[in-house]
Amino acid sequence: MADMTQQLQEQVLQARSNGQKLNIVGGGSKAFMGRAADSDAETLSLADHTGIVEYHPVELVLTVRAGTPIKDIEAALAEEGQCLHFEPPRFGSASTIGGTLACNLSGPARPWSGSVRDQVLGVRLLNGKGEHLRFGGQVMKNVAGYDVSRLQAGAMGTLGVITEVSLKVMPKPAATMTLVEDMAMHEVVDYMNRRAGESKPITGACWVDGKVYLRLSGARSAVEATADKWSGEVMENGDDFWQQVRDLQHDFFAGNDVPLWRFSVDSTAATPNMEGNWFIDWAGSQRWYRGEATLSDLEPLAKAAGGQVSLFRGGDRSGEVMHSQPEALKAIQRRVKNSFDPDGIFNPGRLYSWL
Amino acid sequence: MTTKPKASKAQLAEQFRSFIDPEYVITDDETLKPYECDGLAMYREMPMLVVLPETVEHVQRVMRICHENDVPVVARGAGTGLCAGAMPHKEGVVLSLAKFNRILNIDPLGRTARLQPGVRNLAISEEAAQFGLYYGPDPSSQIACTIGGNVAENSGGVHCLKYGLTVHNILSVEMVTAEGELITVGSDGLDSCGMDLLALVTGSEGLLGVVTEVKVKLLPKPEVAQVIMAGFDSVEKGGDAVGGIISHGIIPGGLEMMDGHAIVAADDFAQAGYPREAKALLLCEVDGTEEEVHEHIAEAEELFRKLGATSIRTSQSEEERALLWKGRKSAFPAVGRISPDYYCMDGTIPRRHLARVLLEMEKMSEEYGLRVANVFHAGDGNLHPLILFDANVPGEFETTEAFGSRILELCVEVGGCITGEHGVGVEKIRQMAVQFNDEELQQFHDVKAAFDPTGILNPGKGVPTLKFCQEYRSIEHKQHKHEQTDAAHG
Repeated sequence: MADMTQQLQEQVLQARSNGQKLNIVGGGSKAFMGRAADSDAETLSLADHTGIVEYHPVELVLTVRAGTPIKDIEAALAEEGQCLHFEPPRFGSASTIGGTLACNLSGPARPWSGSVRDQVLGVRLLNGKGEHLRFGGQVMKNVAGYDVSRLQAGAMGTLGVITEVSLKVMPKPAATMTLVEDMAMHEVVDYMNRRAGESKPITGACWVDGKVYLRLSGARSAVEATADKWSGEVMENGDDFWQQVRDLQHDFFAGNDVPLWRFSVDSTAATPNMEGNWFIDWAGSQRWYRGEATLSDLEPLAKAAGGQVSLFRGGDRSGEVMHSQPEALKAIQRRVKNSFDPDGIFNPGRLYSWL
Repeated sequence: MTTKPKASKAQLAEQFRSFIDPEYVITDDETLKPYECDGLAMYREMPMLVVLPETVEHVQRVMRICHENDVPVVARGAGTGLCAGAMPHKEGVVLSLAKFNRILNIDPLGRTARLQPGVRNLAISEEAAQFGLYYGPDPSSQIACTIGGNVAENSGGVHCLKYGLTVHNILSVEMVTAEGELITVGSDGLDSCGMDLLALVTGSEGLLGVVTEVKVKLLPKPEVAQVIMAGFDSVEKGGDAVGGIISHGIIPGGLEMMDGHAIVAADDFAQAGYPREAKALLLCEVDGTEEEVHEHIAEAEELFRKLGATSIRTSQSEEERALLWKGRKSAFPAVGRISPDYYCMDGTIPRRHLARVLLEMEKMSEEYGLRVANVFHAGDGNLHPLILFDANVPGEFETTEAFGSRILELCVEVGGCITGEHGVGVEKIRQMAVQFNDEELQQFHDVKAAFDPTGILNPGKGVPTLKFCQEYRSIEHKQHKHEQTDAAHG
C-alpha cells in the first residue's frame, strides 16, 4: 500500500534523458497480450504502487493506485455490497486495475453494464516528459477538457504510465440466475439479440459447445419472473460458469497450442464459416475463435461483420496482432502518441509496430 | 491560430458557391444574424460567412478550402448549446450541418441507429419507438438539439446515472478532419483496436473534427416507470435521502433534486402539486420490469419515510408521472418567469458536499445581491444553479458572471469540476485554469494539434492559452488577497 509516484517519475525522467525505452508492467498477468515487448526495454514496475486512495460507497466512486490488484479492489467493494460491474477478467491474482484499463478488458456483462472504459471517471498519468497529470476526476459528469482518461483504454500503455484510476462502481445485484438450453450456432446470434432487445434484467448472453447461456440479474422478483417466462433450464452453479467465462478459464480457452483470436463485431453479424471452434459472447458482439490463421486472412471476415479482429493469445507475436488501421488513423495515432510521449519511450511497438 | 486568413470573404464565397447551392452560402448581415450566438446568447459574434453543405463531399471540400486558406471553421448543429461553443469566429466560416437531418437506418434486432449529425435527439427515440426502442441520453433541449451537437458536447440528461452519457451510447462516428479527410472512428463492434479515439472525439466541442455521421445504440423501452416525489424540510435531509437510496442498492432511472426557490417557481409554472413549503424536493424515477419497479418503489418509499420525508407521492399513472416531471422539466422557463433573466451554471460535485456547496452559494447570493435557484441532477452530482439577474441593469451581468465563476471554483475546490454537461466553449474557458494546471492544458493543446495542426477548428474555445491562464490566475490571486485583506480589516 504505497505511493510510488515519485520513484516512477524519477525512472521516467531518467529513461528520457538516457534514451532508454520502458516496458510498463503491473502484475505481469497480461504479458501475453499485444506484440512481444521490446527486449531492450527496461521494466517500469507498478507492482508496489498499490492501495485505495479514496472510496465513497455512497458516491459510487472509487479511486485507486494503478498497481492495485483487481482482487483487492473487489474485496473492498464487496464489504459495501458493491462491485465492478464491467467484470474485469482476472488472469490470476496479480491482475491490476491499471493493466485492465490499458488493455480495455471487460467481462460478460459488458453489453449491459459497460466496459472498463465506460466506467473510468479519471486518471493520473505520467507522460513521456515525466509530468504527472490529472485528467477527468471523481465525478460522473465531467466534460472539461478532452477525455484523456478513456483514451487510455486499449492504448496498452503507449501514451504514458497510468498511476491512478477513478472508477464508477455499482451495487451488487440482489439476485442472479442462469438459463441454459441447446441451440445450433447458426440460430444463436438472432436469438441472443432478440432476448437483449427485451426490457428484462439480462446481464449475460453467450454460446459455446451447442448451448446458449443467458444470465439474469437484478431485483429478485424480476429475475424470477423472467426465468419463468423465458425458455431454458435454470443452471445449477451458474455463477461458477460465468466466473470461468469472465476469467477465460472455461475449457474453450484451455491450452496455448492453438492461437486465440478475438472478433469485436456487429452483434447481429453471421459467424464466419471456417475450420476451428467458436465461443460467442456479449450477445454476439464478442466472438472468440481458436484456429490456425493469419491476421490478414481474418481481417476481411471481421470487416464484413462490421468490426475488427485481434490475436489475443498465442500465435506469432513478432508481427502485427491488432486489426490494421487506415493510413489517416495511423497518422493521427502517431501524432497523439507523439503528443504524450515525444521520445517514444513507453511500450514501443507493443500495440502496433508503427507506434 | 495566429495567421491571418489568406482569402477574402468574397473569394471564399465564390469558391463555396462553385459546388454548394449559392442560396446556402450566406454572406449578408441580415441572414447571418441568427448565427451570431448559440443557446448562450450573452456571447455573440458575427461570422464572416455561413455555409450549409448538403453532402459529406461538400463538407470535405469546405474543410480543404478553409485549411488551405487558414480560415477558422465553427461547426454548428441546432445551436442549442449553453457554453458559446458554437459562437462564430469573426474571420471564420460557420459550417452548419442543418441539411444533414436524415435517419439513415434503424436496426431493430441489433438495436442501433445510423444517423446524420443534424438529426434531432428526440427524433431518434420517436422513430425507434415503433420497435419498442429508444435512445438513452435525453438532454433538456432534446426536442431541438442534434446528435452531432450531442457528440460534440458529450451530452447527458436526467437518466445518466443509469444509462450513461453520449460517450456510452455511441458506437462510431464518421468525421471530416481539419485537412478534409474522411475518417471513421469506432466500429459496429463494442470496441476497436488501438487508442480509444471515439472517447477522445466525444465531448471535444468541435475542436478535433466535423462529425458527418453517428451510429448510436438503442435501448429496449422499460416495461414500466414510476416516479416518487418526496419533500424534505432541509437540503441536508434531501441530500441524505439521495445517498440513502443509492447505498440501498437501487439505481434510479432518474434522480433529481430542487431547492425551495426552484420548487415554488416550478409549481407556479406547471401546477404539478409540489409541496411548496419543502426546502428540498426529490423526484426519484424507477424503471424496469413490472416486478422490479414494484419491489424498488416500495423499498424507496419506506426509505424516504425513514429518512424524514415530509411528503411522499408516487405516480399511479403515466399522466401523473408526466405531471410530476413537468415541474422539473420546466424549471428553467419557470425561473425565467420570476426574473427578467437567468444564467444557468453547470458544475459537478461529489454529492457528499451538497449541503456545504448550497450553503456557501447562499452566502455568495447575499454577497452579490443576486438570487439563485437550484436544480440538481442529484444522482450524478451535476448542479444547475440558476442565477437570477436583470440584463437591463448596468453591470448586473458582469456581477452574475463573477458570482457564477465563484460557484464553479467552489465545485473544483470540493473535488468536482467546472462543467458536467454543458461544455467549456467560450463561457468557461477562464475556469479551465482553475481545474487544470499549465502542463495539463499544454497536453490538451498537443492533443488538439495531433488532429488539427494549424488550429482552424473552433479556435479560441475549450482550452485556454497558457498566457491567458497565467493572467487569469494572477488576477484571481490578487482579488483573493484583496478579499482576505478586506476581511482582516473588517
